[in-house]
Amino acid sequence: MLYYTLKRLGLAGLVALTVSFISFGLLYLSSDPAIAMAGETAADADIEAIRQLYGFDRPILVQYFDWLQRAASGDLGKSYYFRTDVSALIGERLPTTMTLGLCAITFAIVLSVPLGVAAAIRPNSFIDRVALFLSVMGQALPSFWFALMLIVFLSVSLRLLPVSGSDTWLHFVMPTIVLGYYAAPAIMRLTRTGMLEVLSTDYIRTARAKGLRPPVVLFKHALRNAIIPVVSLAAVQFGFMLGGSIVVETIFALHGAGFLAWESITRNDLPTVQGLILVFSLFYIVLTFIADLINAWLDPRIRIK
Amino acid sequence: MSENVLDVKNLSIEIPVAGGMLRAVDSISLHVEKGETLCIVGESGCGKSLTSLAIMDLLPKKAIRKVEEMTLGEMNILNFSEKQMSDVRGNKMGMIFQEPMSSLNPSFTVENQMLETLSRHRAIVGAEAKALVIQMLEKVGIIPAVKRLRQYPHQLSGGLRQRVMIAMTLLCEPQLIIADEPTTALDVTIQAQILKLMKNLQNDFDVGLIFITHDLGVVANIADRVAVMYAGQIVEEGSVFEIFDNPSHPYTRGLLSCIPVPGKIKRGEPLGSIPGMVPSLVGDFSGCRFSGRWSGDDEQKKNSNINLVAIDNEENAFKVQGSESHFVRFCCNECLEKSYNSKQRKAS
Repeated sequence: MLYYTLKRLGLAGLVALTVSFISFGLLYLSSDPAIAMAGETAADADIEAIRQLYGFDRPILVQYFDWLQRAASGDLGKSYYFRTDVSALIGERLPTTMTLGLCAITFAIVLSVPLGVAAAIRPNSFIDRVALFLSVMGQALPSFWFALMLIVFLSVSLRLLPVSGSDTWLHFVMPTIVLGYYAAPAIMRLTRTGMLEVLSTDYIRTARAKGLRPPVVLFKHALRNAIIPVVSLAAVQFGFMLGGSIVVETIFALHGAGFLAWESITRNDLPTVQGLILVFSLFYIVLTFIADLINAWLDPRIRIK
Repeated sequence: MSENVLDVKNLSIEIPVAGGMLRAVDSISLHVEKGETLCIVGESGCGKSLTSLAIMDLLPKKAIRKVEEMTLGEMNILNFSEKQMSDVRGNKMGMIFQEPMSSLNPSFTVENQMLETLSRHRAIVGAEAKALVIQMLEKVGIIPAVKRLRQYPHQLSGGLRQRVMIAMTLLCEPQLIIADEPTTALDVTIQAQILKLMKNLQNDFDVGLIFITHDLGVVANIADRVAVMYAGQIVEEGSVFEIFDNPSHPYTRGLLSCIPVPGKIKRGEPLGSIPGMVPSLVGDFSGCRFSGRWSGDDEQKKNSNINLVAIDNEENAFKVQGSESHFVRFCCNECLEKSYNSKQRKAS
C-alpha cells in the first residue's frame, strides 16, 4: 500500500509539473505579455520597459522556473484587471465554489447511488424505469434552462428560496440541485451497470450459497466491487464541478471561481486565467489521487500485487 | 438401507425462452444416502447444473421449479421460504462451484469470507471462530493456514482457492454437499489432489455428496452411485460398477465408447462420438429425445444378456434384472424397442 501510494504520488507530481508548464506557456501562446500589459496603443519604448521590468526578455526556461518558484510559494502574479494578487483573488472566490461543489457532488451521490442499486436489483421494474427517466432528463435538460425553471417555480411562484446570491445556505439549494442533477445520471447509470454485472458473478452466487442474508450479499459483497469505477467517475465529476460550474454560478450570481474564470477570460486577464487553470488542474490531480487511494483500499488487487 | 440425506421426487425446471418454455429438467427423482457420493453425469446443457441449483433453491429468477417432494435429512424443504432456505444453505447443505478463480469475492480476505459463514449460521465469532477456520483450512491441506488467512483470493492458486471453497463449505458440517464440476477448471495433477481430498473429507465428515461432472474418469474415481442425465432426464442410474460394467441405456453406452483407451485406439482412426445433436426441448416436446443419435453398434445390444423388469406406474422405466439399484428409463417406446427386444423385457 505504501509503495502504491508513493508511486501514485510521484505520478501526480509529474502531472502537476506538466500542467504547470502548459499553464505557464499559455501566457506566451496567446500573445506577447508585454504588449498585453502595456495596452495596444502604447509606445514601443514603454513596451520594452515593461518587458525588462517583468523580465520577459529572459530565456523562457529561466522565466518558467522563476514563475514556478513563486507559484510554489503562493505568488501567482497580479491580475491585469483587479490589480491585486491572483492568489488572493482566487482564495477569496474558492470557498463559494468549494461549498457548491461539495454540496452538489454529495447531492448527486446520495441521489444516484441508491437509485442505481435499486434499479440493478430489479432490472426493468418500475423503479428502474423511474431511474432511467430521471437520468435521461438530467442528461437532456440544459442546466441554464433547468436553473431558470427552478427559479420560476421555487423562488418566483412559491417564494421558498432566494433567487440569487451566496449569503445563506438557502442560496445554495437551487445551485446544488442544478449542478448535482447534471452529474447524477452518469453516476446512476454506472452504479446500475456495475451492480448488474457484479450481481451475476460467481462470487455473489457463492455468497448466496453460503446462506448470507440479502442485505449482506448486496451491500458487502456486491456494492463494494461495483462502486470502484463510480469512485473514479465521481472524482472527475467533482473536479468538473469546481472548474466548470460557470453557467450555474453565473445564473445564481454566486461569485465563485467558475464565475471569476468566465470574467477573466472575457477581460483577457491572463494571469488570473493562468492561476485558475493551475488551481483547477491541481484539484483534478489531487482528486484523482484520492480516488486512486480509495479504489486501492476497496480493491486489494490494486493494492497487493 | 441407510438413511437418505436428500430425497427429491419429480423435479422439473422450465425456463421461458423465445418461442416458449424450455423444459430443461424433466421430472427427475434422486436421492443421496449419508456418506454416499452420487455422481450426476451428462453433457453440457443436459440440466445437471440446473438440478443442483434447484436443490439449493438458487435458480435464476425466471426459471420455474416444480417438485413433488424434497427433503433434506428430516426436514421437508419443499415449501421453505427464501429466509428459511438461507438458514439451510451453507449450514445444512453447501455447494462448491466449477470456477475457483471467480467463486471467491476478490475484495475480502480468506479469513473474512470464512468467518462470515460461521457468524451467520453458528453465531461463533472472535478467537473461537478463527481457531475453527484455521483448523478447517488445515484439514483441507492448507498448511500453514495462518499465513493464508490474511491473503486475498488473487494471491492464491486455483487449487488453493478450491481448497478454501471446500473448507468454507465444510465449516458448518453440512449433511449434503453439492459439487458442480469442482475439478473441471483445474489441471490434471491438482484435479487428482482435490478428488482425493474430497473423498477423504467425505469419509471423515460422513456427508452426502452430489458430484456433478462430465468426466467419466472422475466418476470412476469418486462415485458410489451414478445418475446419467440426458436432455433433462435421468436415463440410467446405478452403482458405479453397474454403470461401467453393464451400461444399459444407449446413451450411457455411447458416453463410455467415447473414452479413448490407450492401446486400443489405432492411428488415423477417429475417436468415438455420439452422432447427431440433442433435440431442442422448447415447447411441448413429445418426440424421441434420442432420435438421430444411434450409432451402428446399438442394435447389436439387443442380443446382450441384459434383461429388464418393468417398474409399476412408470412408463418405459425398468429395473435391470438381478440388481436392486440399477435403473434405466427410456424417453419413448421407440428407443426401447430399438435397444431391447421383447424377450429381454419382463413385466414387474
